[in-house]
Amino acid sequence: MEYTLLILLLPMLSFVGIGLLGRKLSHRAAGISGTLVLTAVTLLSYLTAFDYFTTQKVNGVWQAIQPYNTTWLNVGERLHIDLGILLDPISVMMLVVISTVSLMVHIYSLGYMKGEKGFQRYYSFLSLFTFSMMGLVLATNIFQMYIFWELVGVSSYLLIGFYYTKPEAVAASKKAFIVTRFADLFFLIGILVLSYFTQTFDFEAIMGGDGSILSSALGTTFLGASALTWAMALVFIGAAGKSAMFPLHVWLPDAMEGPTPVSALIHAATMVVAGVFLVARLFPIYIGFTPEVLQGIAYVGAFTALFAAIIAVVQTDIKRVLAFSTISQIGFMMVALGVSTSMKLTPEDHGGLGYMASMFHLFTHAMFKSLLFLGAGSVILAVNSNDMKDMGGLRKHLPITHVTFLVACLAIAGIPPLSGFVSKDEIVTAAYQFSTGMGIWMTVTAGFTAFYMFRLYFRIFWGKEYRGEVKPKESPRSMTYPLIFLALITLVGGFIPFGQFVTADGAPYTIRLNSTVAIISVVVALVGIGLATLLYRKEEKRASWLPSRSSGLYKAAYNRFYIDDAYLFVTKKIIFNNISRPLAWFDRHVIDGAMNGLAWITNRASDAIKGFQSGSLQWYAWVFLLGTLLITLFAILL
Amino acid sequence: MVQQIVFIILALVIAVCSVLAVTSKRVIRAATYLLFVLLATSGLFLMLNYHFLFAVQVMVYAGGIMVLFIMAIFLTHQPGKSVPTKASWKVTSSALLAVAGLLLCGVIIVRNVVCAFRVVTDHEISMHSIGQALLGTEKYQFLLPFEAISLLLLACIIGAIMIARKDKGVKEIEKVENKETENRESWEKSL
Amino acid sequence: MGEIIVNTAGAIPLTAYLIVGLVMFFAGIYGFFARKNLIMILISVELVLNAVDINFAAFNRYLFPDQMEGMFYALFVIAIAACETAVAIAIIINVYRNFGNVEVDNIQQMKE
Repeated sequence: MEYTLLILLLPMLSFVGIGLLGRKLSHRAAGISGTLVLTAVTLLSYLTAFDYFTTQKVNGVWQAIQPYNTTWLNVGERLHIDLGILLDPISVMMLVVISTVSLMVHIYSLGYMKGEKGFQRYYSFLSLFTFSMMGLVLATNIFQMYIFWELVGVSSYLLIGFYYTKPEAVAASKKAFIVTRFADLFFLIGILVLSYFTQTFDFEAIMGGDGSILSSALGTTFLGASALTWAMALVFIGAAGKSAMFPLHVWLPDAMEGPTPVSALIHAATMVVAGVFLVARLFPIYIGFTPEVLQGIAYVGAFTALFAAIIAVVQTDIKRVLAFSTISQIGFMMVALGVSTSMKLTPEDHGGLGYMASMFHLFTHAMFKSLLFLGAGSVILAVNSNDMKDMGGLRKHLPITHVTFLVACLAIAGIPPLSGFVSKDEIVTAAYQFSTGMGIWMTVTAGFTAFYMFRLYFRIFWGKEYRGEVKPKESPRSMTYPLIFLALITLVGGFIPFGQFVTADGAPYTIRLNSTVAIISVVVALVGIGLATLLYRKEEKRASWLPSRSSGLYKAAYNRFYIDDAYLFVTKKIIFNNISRPLAWFDRHVIDGAMNGLAWITNRASDAIKGFQSGSLQWYAWVFLLGTLLITLFAILL
Repeated sequence: MVQQIVFIILALVIAVCSVLAVTSKRVIRAATYLLFVLLATSGLFLMLNYHFLFAVQVMVYAGGIMVLFIMAIFLTHQPGKSVPTKASWKVTSSALLAVAGLLLCGVIIVRNVVCAFRVVTDHEISMHSIGQALLGTEKYQFLLPFEAISLLLLACIIGAIMIARKDKGVKEIEKVENKETENRESWEKSL
Repeated sequence: MGEIIVNTAGAIPLTAYLIVGLVMFFAGIYGFFARKNLIMILISVELVLNAVDINFAAFNRYLFPDQMEGMFYALFVIAIAACETAVAIAIIINVYRNFGNVEVDNIQQMKE
C-alpha cells in the first residue's frame, strides 16, 4: 500500500506548482492541472479503499496498518514527533469522502470561478487544503494530526478570505481563524497533558494494548477529575471549535463570505467534520476511560443541533441557511458519538451503534451537503444574489439544479430510501437507546431540519416569480455534472452496507432498521415538509404569519440569538479596553520609551563628548596634560 | 654665599617674570617679560659655568627670537590695546591643572633627586673642545645632529618664506591696507 | 671621581635649579591653555623650551661634569626653537591676513 504516499504528495506538489507558477499559467491550465491531480488522487483513494477493504480483514476484524511512519523531529531523548500514514476503516472512508468531494469541487469551480481574478491562486489553495485534510485523516500520531489541523485552518483562512478586497470577507476569515485557533489552544493543552502521561504521541501506542499506558493519567487528579478526563475534555474543546459546536460556532455562518465551492468543500463536507473525526479517532479512550466526557459531548451536540436548526428556520441568505444546517447536522454526528456506551456492535449489544451511525452520517452528509452548496452556487450564479427575496420560481429556468437540489433536500429531511434517511435513522435509534429524552430531542430537531430545508427549497424554486432583469439560465456542464454525480451517490448511498466496513471495534455489522423509530422519523419529516409546503409553496402571504406571531423569538433567531454580539461585547468592551489598551500603552510608552530613551541618552552623551573633537588645540593639550599627570600619579601610587 | 644670593635673585626674576608673562593683558608687556626671563636664564647658564651656552642664549634667544617676536607683534596688533581673554572657567581649570602638575612634579623632584653629587669642577669648557665635539664623528660627538639642524634651519627658512608669501595679488594688499587704516583710526580715537 | 659632598653650604643644590625650571615650565603650560592670542601662546611655548634648557644644563653640570651632552642638547634646543618660532610667526602672519586678528578661535574649525 505504499502508493498511499502519493495521495499526500500529489496535492502538495500541485499546491507548490500552481502557487509558484500561477502567474505564468493561464486560467485554463491551472484549473485543468489542479483537476487532473485531484483525479489522480481520487483514483488512488478508491484504489486504497478497494485494496484495504478486500485484504485487511484478520479474524473478521479490520486491522489498522501503517505503510509509513518516520521520525520527523526528535525532541529530547524520549520524545519524538513522527509523520506517517495510518490506514484504518475511518481514515480510508475519509479518504474516499474527501477526494470525491474535492474532485467535484474542482470540476465545479472550473465553471463557477470562471473569469475570476486569482483563479490560479484559488486552485493552489484548494490543493493545499486537500493535502492538509488528507494529512489530518491519515495521521499516525496526535501531533501530526495537530500539525495538519492547523494547516487546514490556514487553508480555510486563505480560502474564506479569497476575495480579499471585500472587508466582510477579510473579517470573516480572521474570525474563523481566530475562533478555531482559540479552540486549538485547548486542543494543544489536551495533547500535551495526554502525551505527558503516556510519554508518546502515537495512536496505536495509546489506544492499542490494554490501556495500562493510561493508568498514570487516570491516577493523577486535578480539581476533582482525573488528568485523562481533563485531557480528553480539552481535546474535545479543540474539536468543538473546528466543528462549530456551540458556543464556538460563530465563525461558520460568516465563513460563507468565501466562494461557494469553498463552502461546499471546507465548510460542509470535510474540514468541519475534522472535529467529529478526532473524537472518532480517540473513541477507544473516550469509551473505555472517560465516558463522562462522552456524555458531555452528547449534550453539547444535542443543544447545538436544535439551536442551529431554530436559527436556520428564519434566515434569508441561502448560504446562511445551509451553514446553520451544517452546524445542526454536525451536532447530530456528535450526539451519535456521545450516546455510545460501548465499542461493541452486535445484534445483541448495540452499544457501539452511535459510532457507526456517526461515521455513516458523516459520509452521507458530505455528499448531500456539498450537493446542496454546489446547487446553491448554481442558483447564486444564475440570479447574482444570495438572498431568498431575489429568487423564486426558478424551477423552470434551472432544471438540473432543481432536480438535484430536491434530491438533496429529501435526503437531509430523511425520506426513505435516500442515504440521509438511513444514517439519520441510525443516529436517532442510538439516541433513543441512550435516553428517551435525547431521542425525542433529536426527532424534534429532525423535524425542524425538514421544515427549514423545504422552506429553502420552495422559496428558491417555487413561489413568486423571479423578477430580476437578467433571465437566469442553467449553469454550464462543468457545474451540472458534479451535481448529477453527487445526486446519484445520494440516491444509492443508503444501500451501502456501511456497517460491514466501519465500526468501533472493527467487526462488521449489518445495518438493521428499527421499525418504530423509522416510522416516527418519516412521519415527523413528512409533517415538516407538509408545513413548509403549506406556507411557502405559493406566495408568501401565509409565511408572514410566522414572524408576526412570535416576533420576539423571530427577531432573536434572526440575529442568531445574539451570540455574535455577546462575543463582540466581550472582546471590544472588556478585553480591548481593560487588557489591550493598557498593554498598548505599556508597549508604546514603556518599551518604546525605553528604546527612545536609549537613543536620547546616546544623543546627549554624544553631544557632551562632541567637545572632545573641537579642533581647539589648547583643549587637546589640556586633556593630554591631564592624562599624563594621572598616569604619573597612578605609577607613583601603585 | 654670593652664589646663593645671585642664584636667588635670578630664580626670583625667572619665576615672577614667567608668571607675569603668561598673565599680562598686553602683548608687548608679555614679550618684555619673556625677554627678562630669557636673560635670567642665560645668567643661570653662566652660573653653571656654561659660557658658550650663555652666549648663545643671549645672542639667539634673547636677541634673534625676541626681535622676531616684537616684529610679529607690531605686524599684527595695535600697540596698547588689551587682548581678549578666555572664559573664566577655562582659565581656572587651566590654572588648577598647572598647579596640580607643579605640585606633583615638585614632590617627585624633591623626594627623588639625590642630593649627593660629585664635586663640581670649576673650569670652563674650552671652545676647542666644544668645536671638536660639535664637528666630530666619534662617540659623544655631534656632527650628525649638527648637519641635521642645519637642514632644519634651511627647511624653516624656506617654509617661512613660502607660508608668509603674499601671492593673492592686489586684493590682499588692499585688504591689509584697509585693515591697517582701520586699526590706526580706532587707536587714534582711543587716545 | 671626587669625593661626595653632602654638605650643600656654599653650593646650590640641584633641586633648586630643577625647581626653577619647573616653575617656568608650568607657567608656560598654563599660558598655553589659557591664552587666546596666538603670539601669547607662542611665548608660552618659548617658556617651556627654555625650562627644558635649564634642566639639561643643570643635570649635565651636576651629574656628569666631565661630559657635554646636556650642553649640546640645550644648544640644539635653542636652534630648534629658533626655527620653530620663525615658521610659527609666518603662520601667524597668514592667519592675520585671512582673519584680521590673531585669535586662536579662528583656526579651530576642522575640515569637513
